[in-house]
Amino acid sequence: MLKKLVKWARVKSPWVLHFNTGACNACDIEILAALTPRYDIERFGIQLKATPRHADVILCSGPVTKQIKDRLVRVYEQMPEPKFIVAVGTCACSGGVFKGCYSVEGGIDTVIPVSAYIPGCPASPEAIIDGVVKLLERIDKPEQFQKAQPILIGEGEPNE
Amino acid sequence: MSQIKIPIGPQHPALHEPESFNLTLEGEIIVEAEAKLGYNHRGIEKACESRNFIQDIYLLERICGICSHSHSTCFVQAVEEIAAVEVPLRAKYIRAIIGELERIHSHLLWVGVAGHEVGFETLFMYAWRDREIVMDILAWISGNRVNYGMNTVGGVRRDISPEILEQILGSLNTLIERTEYYTRIVTDEPTFMGRLRGVGKLSKEQALSLGAVGPIARASGIARDVRQDDPYGAFSEIEFRISTDDHEDVLGRTVVRVHELMESYRLLRTLIENLPEGPIAVKVPRKIPVGETLSRLEAPRGEDILYLKTNGTEMPERVKVRAPTLANLASIREMLCGAYLADFPIIVAAIDPCFSCTDRMIRVGNGKNDNLMNWQQLREYSIEWHKKQGLDLGQIK
Repeated sequence: MLKKLVKWARVKSPWVLHFNTGACNACDIEILAALTPRYDIERFGIQLKATPRHADVILCSGPVTKQIKDRLVRVYEQMPEPKFIVAVGTCACSGGVFKGCYSVEGGIDTVIPVSAYIPGCPASPEAIIDGVVKLLERIDKPEQFQKAQPILIGEGEPNE
Repeated sequence: MSQIKIPIGPQHPALHEPESFNLTLEGEIIVEAEAKLGYNHRGIEKACESRNFIQDIYLLERICGICSHSHSTCFVQAVEEIAAVEVPLRAKYIRAIIGELERIHSHLLWVGVAGHEVGFETLFMYAWRDREIVMDILAWISGNRVNYGMNTVGGVRRDISPEILEQILGSLNTLIERTEYYTRIVTDEPTFMGRLRGVGKLSKEQALSLGAVGPIARASGIARDVRQDDPYGAFSEIEFRISTDDHEDVLGRTVVRVHELMESYRLLRTLIENLPEGPIAVKVPRKIPVGETLSRLEAPRGEDILYLKTNGTEMPERVKVRAPTLANLASIREMLCGAYLADFPIIVAAIDPCFSCTDRMIRVGNGKNDNLMNWQQLREYSIEWHKKQGLDLGQIK
């Protein structure tokens, strides 16, 4: 019963934290633009919070730089379970144009597990809203979605 | 009184980017401030050296998502100067139009952020709502809201159709009306003025000696603007007025930015009305001759400088960017010392910091060999190291 209530609250009003992991500010201003009157992401109960300890979802933007990597892990560990990470922008998904730079680690998923990817340079506010709402659907009714099967290489029969 | 040290950042609600400040407090007063940067360093300058000139435009555009057009224009200006290319007049005007639109969107964004930092959330929402009008214009012209991809070596990539120009002129009226309202707020509203007056003082002498640029310098009474001091592109043909203010504090910086908004609308109208006909780009060979140059440009936050050295191939030999925030960073310490801790967010926000522009290098310390070297020491170290490997490079000058 209590579990149901918590899940209902989480889906109806997720609290998000925005964390810049070395982005160029473009995705960051688009995340903020999604909160302002034109797009108004608060319609979905989504509120921007200041600390990872209050957050259900982290919106990460930017390629992970070597300097910020430890902080990202620390912020991730400070979050309460369950944790959902959304990679906003092409850089956060894969490293983007900065792939191969000496100070860049790569996408967010090279450091911490990611639940949703929103590509785009920068990801437009519409795309960010779409991505977050899709993530919420998934949290709400996980049984409707097939779990992605990891592909194992070199261990017995390959997965079909 | 005993002193306390407070670390702020890299993840902090008052900061929108990863940077960190160490503040030393005596009671509530900040007595020492130290900035630690480098969280945003991605190694763009090095990456430029392994890409050709056309690829570099798009890479340099992604230094910063707010003043992206400034960085790419600065770069193409430098390349065109070395290649001795005369850019068509229409391309210069289109570049200036995008540059002014960028200044408008950046300043509106800043007005909103300033309102947010002093607890005036309504202003934040209003300013960001009006900013969407500018974002729409930019999307009409370039197809993208941020990172427009308009510049190319020798001109611009897209033309602006007469219908879009008509639409821009229509939207300008709404923007002017809204900005008049913001001007009234920052010059008449007692609560807002009372909150900002006397916060983050930077006298004219300090601003000059610390090399402040952009709205920070202009709010301290220094009429410094690259568009007038060293006119580039279309600015050598049109006249404009520099807005200055002598408040020398955060209020002055707000007033300067709001006046600059009005000036930008006027400039935009002049640019659109005088937009000449003609081609928008000339063809430039892929290989750029040997040379080096320095390119300056007035970005929304101040003077942007780019140094370029070419070696006759398709790729640059060295690209160095000095973003305006780096020039203003030195004055942050002066502004913070003696201020209240509660004023920290607005003082830092008042220089409109952009740390993704600024973070051009990092200092990597492993705790054991953590020392800085200057160029001479580095050279000697390198000669010593090669001697140990059995090579004597000391003779090479």
